[in-house]
Amino acid sequence: MAFYVVQFLTGLASAASLFLVASGLSIIFGVTRIVNFAHGAFYMLGAYVAFTLTERFSGAIGFWGGVVAAALIVAALGVLVEMVLLRRIYHAPELFQLLATFGLTLMVEDLVVLIWGPSDLLGRRAPGFKGAVDFFGQNVPSYDLFLIGLGPVVLGALWLIFQRTRWGVLVRAATQDRDMVAALGVNQKWLFTSVFALGVFLAAVGGALQIPRDAVHHAMDLRIIVDVFVVVVIGGLGSIIGAFVAAVLVSELNAFGILIFPKISIILLFLVMAAVLIVRPWGLFGKPEVTARRTPGLTVNPWRPLSSKGRLAAVTALLLAATLPLFAGNYALTVGSEIAIFVIFAASLHFMMSVGGLASFGHAAYFGLGAYGVAFLAKMAGLPMITCLLLGPALALAGAALFGFFAVQLSGVYFAMLTLAFAQIVWSIAFQWVEVTGGDNGILGVWPEKWAASPSHFYWLAIGVAALAVAVLRNIVFSPFGYALRATRDSPRRSDAIGIDGKLIQWTAFVIAGTFAGIAGALFAYLKGSVFPDSLGISLSVDALVMVLLGGVETVSGAVVGAIVYKALSIFLVSQTDLSKLILGGVIVLVVIALPKGIVGVLETIRQRRRPRPEPPLLASRIGTAE
Amino acid sequence: MSTAPNLLSVVDLDKSYGGVHAVRGVSFALKAGEILALIGPNGAGKSTCFDMLNGQTTPSAGRINLLGQDTTYKKPREIWRLGVGRTFQITATFPTMTVRENIQVALASYGRRLFNFWASMPRLAQQEARDLLERVGMAGYAERPCGELAYGDLKRLELAIALANQPKLLLMDEPTAGMAPRERIELMRLTASIAREKSIGVLFTEHDMDVVFEHADRILVLNRGTLIAEGSPQDVRRNPEVRAIYLGEGLVYDARHREGQSA
Repeated sequence: MAFYVVQFLTGLASAASLFLVASGLSIIFGVTRIVNFAHGAFYMLGAYVAFTLTERFSGAIGFWGGVVAAALIVAALGVLVEMVLLRRIYHAPELFQLLATFGLTLMVEDLVVLIWGPSDLLGRRAPGFKGAVDFFGQNVPSYDLFLIGLGPVVLGALWLIFQRTRWGVLVRAATQDRDMVAALGVNQKWLFTSVFALGVFLAAVGGALQIPRDAVHHAMDLRIIVDVFVVVVIGGLGSIIGAFVAAVLVSELNAFGILIFPKISIILLFLVMAAVLIVRPWGLFGKPEVTARRTPGLTVNPWRPLSSKGRLAAVTALLLAATLPLFAGNYALTVGSEIAIFVIFAASLHFMMSVGGLASFGHAAYFGLGAYGVAFLAKMAGLPMITCLLLGPALALAGAALFGFFAVQLSGVYFAMLTLAFAQIVWSIAFQWVEVTGGDNGILGVWPEKWAASPSHFYWLAIGVAALAVAVLRNIVFSPFGYALRATRDSPRRSDAIGIDGKLIQWTAFVIAGTFAGIAGALFAYLKGSVFPDSLGISLSVDALVMVLLGGVETVSGAVVGAIVYKALSIFLVSQTDLSKLILGGVIVLVVIALPKGIVGVLETIRQRRRPRPEPPLLASRIGTAE
Repeated sequence: MSTAPNLLSVVDLDKSYGGVHAVRGVSFALKAGEILALIGPNGAGKSTCFDMLNGQTTPSAGRINLLGQDTTYKKPREIWRLGVGRTFQITATFPTMTVRENIQVALASYGRRLFNFWASMPRLAQQEARDLLERVGMAGYAERPCGELAYGDLKRLELAIALANQPKLLLMDEPTAGMAPRERIELMRLTASIAREKSIGVLFTEHDMDVVFEHADRILVLNRGTLIAEGSPQDVRRNPEVRAIYLGEGLVYDARHREGQSA
């Protein structure tokens, strides 16, 4: 019995930091409508800066002074980021905001390693809370008790700020209707900046307070951000009390999940999240999103199937690509195969993101499931390669069918957060369930059979499958199904009023996209000869997003171009520098700010400008009668 | 017309949102080919009524019978399948498609071909789409991106989309809101002529009394959720209660007066 109580208390203590970070994210979202992906990075920075301050300068300001000073420093950094970066993208589609803040996260990850080194740092204990309290024979660290008390105190303080101060009233007003608040003469810029500062401050405090409990390391940002996303999805974005309740719930689930499913404790979390989403899609304390911004909206060029000239160009490009083995070495062919695989992966995400308006932040889950599917079939069942390639993606299909069903119940940022959380859950299963997946060691020895073993043969296989996949997906875009999918993206109200079952259409699109991602993953497993949990990781999901964005999210063929450019660039960068994340993050931020239409989008605009369409004669007379 | 069966019949429709009783015991019927206007001041419950007929809101009490079926708790798309077209107060179309493609999607949905993954949509049902555009006078706009259309044209496109399932009933929520006066009359004339020709029942809400009195066969007047008057335009215009709370005592539209002026 005492053991369970102690487990419960440990859960409550973990909830404190989680609540601090989640409430910060929620407050920022409430006012600015930005889901700050970089919130985990600020949390991590809080921990690192506090480590330095408490280790080096503890004489001057003491431990607690160090925690507060660290949070203030990070909050100041947050203000800088808000003023330099976020102010430029408040009106951009939310996908771009998520990506920009993710780019920031990547940069911070490399910077942290650069400054503090790659190894884990063990901080000191908090003065006054060094001991443990004996609890029916079990020890509970007294610092945990302090954290348990801190959560409600912060909740109360936030409540006071929002109810009793003028600033708090403005923030609440802006959360309900920020345009109205601006119309009333409130300086929106500084309101946004101050809200962002408070949110970042909370995240940094949350990070700083972790020092006595846990080692400081450079992956703690992604670990917390997934938990935080789960918390805000369950609690409801924008609700502080929701963040508190959900933080406790999630922490307790983590604490007790280990007792029930020791190997794959995360399943319990998934089940609870799924249950909440079915009953209350906007979280326990959240409100339904009123203004759903359309993800696209940068251009109104209607999509056209390829003309005969375009087809010819595509076939020529493919034939040229097929001649690569005649003059290139094995390394180039391996790189070529990898690029072809990523063309499939990017095209599959593009299909659901551009055509369906479903920006998945966890598309790697299905890539990885395809790869693991092949690995299971090849290693355990010993099936031939062709059979594995055909059946392996079925695992991705099944995963997409399961997760997609829940994900399409939501839209916009909720959809993005939920897909990310699902992907992270799949990753955790692959990582924790060592008996089946090999855990971190992966599954080795998934080699292609003789007919595809040579680099040139495998390369031809990869570009052949890629060409076929892209052609099939393109064809679906211009099929009635593709139009129905675009219709649900363009106007849910209208598509509902003409009998389109939007959720069913979106779910189907999710499954199609997942299956194609699985095909890419299946090839990838044979290319590398092995499968690791990395194939399901967040960074791979974001790679796909950047490829689509770089190519042009509002074009039909942007994903192909984006994948080729991005993959070639990143393979080159990784071979040249250790700071690939820093550069990549910088590239993402730059693309979002300077090139929101992507490469193909820019090319189309230029072509459009060169060929001005004749003004339709009817337009003039219409305007004449209008007033 | 009086012997025709009811297309739509509504009995004791009731809707409360928490403490607000938005619609109280509304009953009415609509016959094929009849144009029925639902009018009332802001907050009278018109939109709530519409949302219930359309399946977007479920009533707290009462029944809705559409084409012989109980549709009280049906979803919008099920109601659409029964043969109900609808237009919105703020137009809802597909801005990234061309005008013709907007119609083709509706036609494909009507023909239950949406789960076709292979056919080329731009080539599907071209003739039917052209006919519908012709009917609303937009044939020349077929290849224009829908996002570029002027507002009045969007309204006509919406009408064409609403006609794609060969509806027996059209639900039009403020069909002329946001349009210039001359365009309003044109759009309603067009709607009325299509309705008469195909014997489609039309239920519409409207704030413009010119439009209402010129085109409605019958008028329902809602106030604070209750039906306070029902009848021909003349009856409604003379009704003292309607005058007091809605039309006002001053200038009242009179068709003969207007015709005299314009003649």
